[in-house]
This record gives sequence, structure tokens and C-alpha cells, in this order.
Amino acid sequence: MNYETIIGLEVHAELSTKTKIYCGCTSEFGGQPNTHCCPVCLGLPGSLPKINKKAVEYAVKAGLALNCSITRASRMARKNYFYPDCPKDYQITQQDFPLCANGFIEIETKNGPKKIGIERIHIEEDAGKLLHVRDGSLVDYNRAGVPLIEVVSKPDMRSPEEARLYLEKLKSILWYIGVSDCKMEEGSLRCDANISIRPEGEDKFGTKTEIKNMNSFKALEKALGYERTRQKELLDGGGTVHQDTRRWDDSKEMTFVMRSKEHAHDYRYFPEPDLVAISISDEWIKEIGQSIPELPDDKKKRFIEQYKLPEYDADILTSSKKLADFFEECVKYTDDAKSVSNIIMVEMLRLMNEKGVEIEGLKITPQHIGKLVNLVNKKTISSTAAKKVFDEMFTTGKDPDAIVKDRGLIQNSDTDFIKGIVLKVLSENQQSVADYKNGKDRALGFLVGRVMKESKGKANPAIANRILKQELSK
Amino acid sequence: MYTIHELHEKLKNKDLSAKEIASMYIKRIEEQDGIIGAYLEKNFENALNDAQKVDERISKGEEIKDVEGIPAAIKDNICTNRVKTTCASKMLENFIPPYDATVIGDLKKDGALLLGKTNMDEFAMGSSTENSAFKLVRNPWDTECVPGGSSGGSAAAVASGEAAFALGSDTGGSIRQPASFCGLVGIKPTYGLVSRYGLVAFASSLDQIGAFTKDVEDMAVVLNSIAGYDEKDSTSYKMDKKDYRKALGGDVKGMKIGIPAEYFKEGISSDVKSSVLDAAKVFESLGAEVVDISLPYTEYALAVYYILASAEASSNLARFDGIRYGYRSKKFEDSIDIYINSRTEGFGDEVKRRIMLGTYVLSAGYYDAYYNKALKVRTLVKQDFENAFKKCDILISPTSPTVAFKIGEKINDPLSMYMSDVCTVPINIAGICALSLPCGMSSNLPVGMQLIGNYFEEEKLLKAGYAYQMNTDWHKMNPELRGGK
Ligand SMILES: [Zn+2]
Repeated sequence: MNYETIIGLEVHAELSTKTKIYCGCTSEFGGQPNTHCCPVCLGLPGSLPKINKKAVEYAVKAGLALNCSITRASRMARKNYFYPDCPKDYQITQQDFPLCANGFIEIETKNGPKKIGIERIHIEEDAGKLLHVRDGSLVDYNRAGVPLIEVVSKPDMRSPEEARLYLEKLKSILWYIGVSDCKMEEGSLRCDANISIRPEGEDKFGTKTEIKNMNSFKALEKALGYERTRQKELLDGGGTVHQDTRRWDDSKEMTFVMRSKEHAHDYRYFPEPDLVAISISDEWIKEIGQSIPELPDDKKKRFIEQYKLPEYDADILTSSKKLADFFEECVKYTDDAKSVSNIIMVEMLRLMNEKGVEIEGLKITPQHIGKLVNLVNKKTISSTAAKKVFDEMFTTGKDPDAIVKDRGLIQNSDTDFIKGIVLKVLSENQQSVADYKNGKDRALGFLVGRVMKESKGKANPAIANRILKQELSK
Repeated sequence: MYTIHELHEKLKNKDLSAKEIASMYIKRIEEQDGIIGAYLEKNFENALNDAQKVDERISKGEEIKDVEGIPAAIKDNICTNRVKTTCASKMLENFIPPYDATVIGDLKKDGALLLGKTNMDEFAMGSSTENSAFKLVRNPWDTECVPGGSSGGSAAAVASGEAAFALGSDTGGSIRQPASFCGLVGIKPTYGLVSRYGLVAFASSLDQIGAFTKDVEDMAVVLNSIAGYDEKDSTSYKMDKKDYRKALGGDVKGMKIGIPAEYFKEGISSDVKSSVLDAAKVFESLGAEVVDISLPYTEYALAVYYILASAEASSNLARFDGIRYGYRSKKFEDSIDIYINSRTEGFGDEVKRRIMLGTYVLSAGYYDAYYNKALKVRTLVKQDFENAFKKCDILISPTSPTVAFKIGEKINDPLSMYMSDVCTVPINIAGICALSLPCGMSSNLPVGMQLIGNYFEEEKLLKAGYAYQMNTDWHKMNPELRGGK
């Protein structure tokens, strides 16, 4: 039988606020166990939570970037469960009134763009970490109280690949707007997935299973693929899917049952009485909205339109906000966006990579890159010379005008000057002349190179080419 | 037995040093607390050291604050830095908080001498202080009787002269009812007036820290120290500090005092009823206008209270699980055993009763029928008061249906025990303020009346209470104790 796959994701992202969500402790990753703690995040008797305004701001920012509506009067709730990593044995989260709801993310599938709905985004606190050792278990509460957002998608994904694309896009947006560093390896981005299958054409959902513990995009796609096949085989074999919570084992590439839903918790949610309702004004939403930078997709579209760049260029230049900003800064100094794009993509990114330099550490300035492009376009220097100039600009941060002047690289278009060199080169390279005449076109390139070298890169290559051809055809 | 303002005068006039005052109270505790049982933890050395500092300040001619050098007792559910805070529970038998509750910080800043921590019903659940895991407290007026609860230790300490004033907490009447039983002034401030930071939560939306004093003037003094906005408590009310002593004095002419019919129905002892109605006549004689009013939702208040308070308590007490601090059962194989056995062995019956009730009313399938409905009725109870305060300035009622009952009399009958809070509980549900003060005697035990005020109108209560005490002597009566005056 043919089945349709239904996938929904619940993604937890740690917010990059400086302090925890209900107290003033640092939310920094790591540190000696239990050193980032106070009575509040340890849930000591008598302590009271106080909500971190920045965490609310970040969550609203994420909501706006993910096209959600923002709940003006939101409130916190308690989710009650016993677990040693949970200091109060309840988690302060949101239930009936999440901060953000009804948004979407657009992904690029093989069949074109597709919108994946977002059900809700709410804020909550992270739990501590358990370390199991031989003699028992140790608890580290440094992470307890670190602010999280949980982004719950609608069950709109139809394949493991779509799920991966959704998660990739979500990550890039959260990272781009600066609300989370989204480091999956440090656990600051975590993903649980719900997956079910149903016979094609059926409206009713099949029984879903929940997969936890997928710590990379690859793992997510693999786990969902595995689970889809497992459910298919079960149904085809006449079996039924149980509503389990399953764990993905990356090394075995299989899912295993963690607990079945029959033993599911009754979380006994109720409104958190220690925190007053969160009210969010229109002005605040507006202010937060204005702090959201242009998102990668929009930026890419704009780059293609505004600068007439090919999609490939736009993709690379907008892959990081800093790079995109750098590009746009360069373009302020020249009309030739494509040449700037070429220099950045070919020369600059290569050198940055080689030398291990980040954008922030660059000596070269956008203004100098703009100038360099103009020097080439005005034929003041040749593109061969431009490469040399760029290398020097990159290492020294010097002005290209100064480099060109110091090294005497100004291009020479004087035909008499070039003709003199051409004649000299031809007389010194009789063999190549003979080769050319015998039909070996490659010899022309060699001769042009000689001319450029002889002129110390100053000869206008187009003119050198033209004169060479003239002389050779004589 | 001295009031705070009397002691303050003596300090200022150098009739007594702070050290002499502290020693006087310490001596009294040593003489009689073996019988009364008010204190769980004594902190005399610190109190004497602090007294020394106060005396130094006085000798330098510095101005001292109203509570400076005054010995106080603190209910054992209010966290005190480096001093055991047990909530009278085996669960927290050895819990030493690494921080002070905001009110403790306030009192320390103002120079009060903290003598120790007082006994209570375990986690503030009870109306007689018979639910302490450690020991019994006796009513100084009659040692066969309970002091009331849950702040019974604090009430007994002040009534017996073992402290000049005491802090308690009031979730459903836990200050006012023992104040009434022990012949004291007790206040449940408006929710949000006094920071709850550092109060071990029983029911967060109902709990409020308040105080016991000998008279109304003292109450104004204590409120001046502990009331005010605290950024650590998000439910704390943002407003400027008030001087509550300014509310004292002036006459009550023209003040409208409502008598809510629902608080005088059956179940209220006739002595209590007549004492309170007599008090109303005193107000009338002072020029106040007494009007009859009705609070129709009163009859549901107790049910609402037990649903909401238990629900919140079941969650607030979850952290006492044998993992992090306090009691841990010796019998366990895995973490589930630790939870179950520690809580089974560590909590007393009343606490378990309420945790179970709270867990039930919050559980899936019952939430709407109980918890959600209780929230709706809570709104109606609030509206009752809002309507009443359109017609009157304050309301007057009994504090408790009866005077103090005998130890053991109600301990096996939880429902009848719960009834002793029937007059006080609606005030917590609405979040308004109320003051209990002595207004008579019945079978040699004090009778208390309750003055109820609108949100943040403590001043009206203090003004009326002060006027009453200027014209009556009930607050000047003291129990006759061994080791007497
Ligand atoms: Zn903290």
C-alpha cells in the first residue's frame, strides 16, 4: 500500500540572553557544576521567580520573524512532574496562552516552495543535567532556568527531507535574528519529532510516535526515515503502531521505545500563581519588529533584484548577515555589484579561508574594494594587476590607489608602447610564432603572457592581444 | 508586658537598654517556653549581639527606629539566613536557608532583635498548631487549649510575653484566628503589600506575611517596617512606602461600617456574636455609621479555598522529594522510591491530605469541574467585596466562630477544624486586608473581631482599630501565667 507521511516538529532553542529566565544568574554554557545557581533557579523553599524581560523580547522577536501573531495578554503555567533534574518538580512554562501563535516557515522543496505552519511558540525554563556515575547520579543545575523557546510546528511536513529543510530554515532564522546560537552539539537547539503514516487519500491521522534525541540534521532525517519504514512494515504486516516515545540511537541507526503513552504523565498544568500575567503593548511589538534584520530569504530576493546578481552569488553573499552587510557596504563605492561579488566570492573568501580570518578581523575595507573595482573598470589597472593589488590590500589594509602608485601598476594603453613590447616578444619567441602559424592557438596565450610580463603587468591586455594578432597575421 | 511603643520610649529615655530588654524576654522564654512551646529554634546570642549594637547607637545619641532593639519572633516558614527554617516539618528538619526573606532583611535593617523561630502547623496547614511535626504549642490563656493555627507559635510567643511582636503568615486565617484565640492584634495585609520572597509557599495566590502585636499602634509600627514593593516578588504591588502611624488617631465619625449578615449565621457562638456586635456599638457610639450588608457568595468561600489552596500546595510542596534537601527515606532502590518513601515518611497527615486533594483537583478530567470552577467562584467572592466596599469603608465580623478550643478536640475531625477559618478565608480569596483585635472574653478566653478593608486600605483598619482601643481595654488584658508579669 502507498502511505502518506505526516511529520510535526517540536524544537527547543535556548535563548541567548545573558541571564536566566527567572533569576539573575548567568545563562552561559559550561562552568563548574552548580556554580551558576541561586536560591531561585535551585527552587529553594521561599524563593520566587521573576520573569526576564529580555527572554520575552527574544521570544516575541522569534515569533515576528516566523510570521506569528503575538499574544497581548500571555501568562505562565506550571507543568508538574517529578524528575531530579527539575529543581522545583514543576517547570514554569506556558500552556493556554503561548506568547506567539499561528506562524509559518517557507521551505524550498523539489516541487517548489512550501509553507510549513507554526502552531505556537512559548517560553519556558530549561532543566538541569543528570550525570550518571557508578555510585549513583549527580545533578548539575547550571542549565536549570536557562530560557528556552519551544517552537511547535503544525503536522505539515510530508517527508523526512521536508522536516530537515524546515529545521534548517528555522535554525538559520533564529540564528540570523540573534535570539539563539542554535548549537545543536551544545544542546542549545533540540528537536523532537512526531511522525505517523496513513494510507494515501485518507483524512484521518494514523497513530503517531514521538522521537527524541536527534542531535543533527542528518540524524533527524535518518531517524524519521527509519521510523517511516518501521511503521510501514508494521502496518503492511497487519500490525498496529503504538503511541510510543522513542529514542534515536545514532550509532545503531534505529529507534527504541523510551516509554509508552499508557504511562504518560498527567502534568496537571495550572496558571503559575507566583508570576503576574505578561502584557505586551503594541508599541513594544513595534519596537521589537524594528529590531529584526532583513531575513536571509528576503535579503537574497532583494540582492537578485537590486544588484542583478545570479541566484548562486546571492545565496552565498546572504549566507551570513555580516558577509551580506560587507557586500552592501562595498557596493556603496561602485556601481558594479557583480564585480564586487566576484572579488568577495573568489578572492576574499578564499584568502579568509586560507588565513583563518573572520569578517570582523579583516584589514581590507569595503571602500577599498569598491575603489579597486572602479580602477579595473576605468582601465586604470589590468585585471591581472588587480589581483596583485587585492592580495596586498588584504594583507596590509592599504588603499588600492597607493598600492597601484607605489608599484607602478597603472595600465598602459599606449599602442606605440605596447607595439614596441610586442615586437620584442615576437623576435625573442620565434618558436611560438611558428607554432601559432601552424594552428596552435594556445601559443597566442603564451605570447600575451610574455607581453604582460615584459610590461610588468601594465600593458592593457585587450590592446596587447589586438596588436599581437595584427603582427602575427602579417 | 510591654508594647513596642512602650519599649521604644524606654529605650529612648534610657530607662532600659536594648540588652536589658533582650535579656528580659530571653529570661521569660527560658522560664516558661517549656510549657508554652512557642519556639522551635532560639537565636539568643545573635539577638544579644544585635542589642549591643543598638545600645552603642543609643549611647552615641543616634536616632533609633521604632522597631529598633525590639525583640521579635518569626514563624518558622519565613527564611532566615543561616538559621534553621523547618516549617515544622520532618521534611525540612535541618534546612538552613542561605538567604533572608525580604521581611527579615527589612526587620534586620530596622534593627529589630530576632529571638528565634516559632512553631506552627506543618507547612502552615492547620488551624490549631497541632500539626507540628515537633511539638505542641499551648494557649497562654489556658494551657489546655490550642493557640490557634497555623501561626500558633508566633501568637503564643507574643501573648505570653516571649516576644514583643511576631511575624506570621496568613493563607486562610493563619494569623487572625490565632490572634483571636490569644487576645492579640493580627493583620492579614492586602495581597501584594508585603513581599512573599522567602516565605516557604503553601498557596502562593493566597499567602501573605503579616504580624501579631499587643495593640494597633504596634501594628502600624511593624507594617512600616515590612510593607512595601519588592522587586524579587513579581506579585508585589508597586507603590510608595506609607507611614501607617499617620493613620492612627482622628475620629471615626462618619465612617461606614458594614455588618455582613453571612458572618453572623449559625455556627457562630453566641458569646462571640454578642462581643462583636457590642464592638459595633462602640463604633456607633464614636460616630461611625453601622449598615447591614450582604456577601452572598460567602458560603462557597471555604470550598473555593480548599480547592485552590490544596491545588497550589500540591505543586509548591513537590520540591520536597528527598532529592535535594531535607528528609530522605532510607528505603529506596530507584528515584521513584525516593520520592514515594521520603514523602510518605516525611509529611504529616494534614499535609498529605491536602496534597492528595490538590493533585486530584488539578488532574486531567477534573480540572474544569474543580479548579477552574473554583477560579470562577473566586471572582464572584471578590465581586461581593467590591460591591460591599461601594457602600461601606470597612466591614466587621467575628474572626473565628468560637474562642480557642481544647487541644485534641478537633484534631480527628478535619472538617470541623476547617470551619474555624470560615470567617477569615474569604478575605484571602479576595486578596483584601483584615485586622483581628480582641473585643471580649468568653469562659476566660479572648474573643476576636475582624475588621475587613478594601485593597490597600490598611489605614482604615488601623484607624478604626486604634479608635476602638482608645475607648476599650480588651487589648490591655494579659493571660496569667506561671512566671507571671
Ligand atoms: Zn539563579
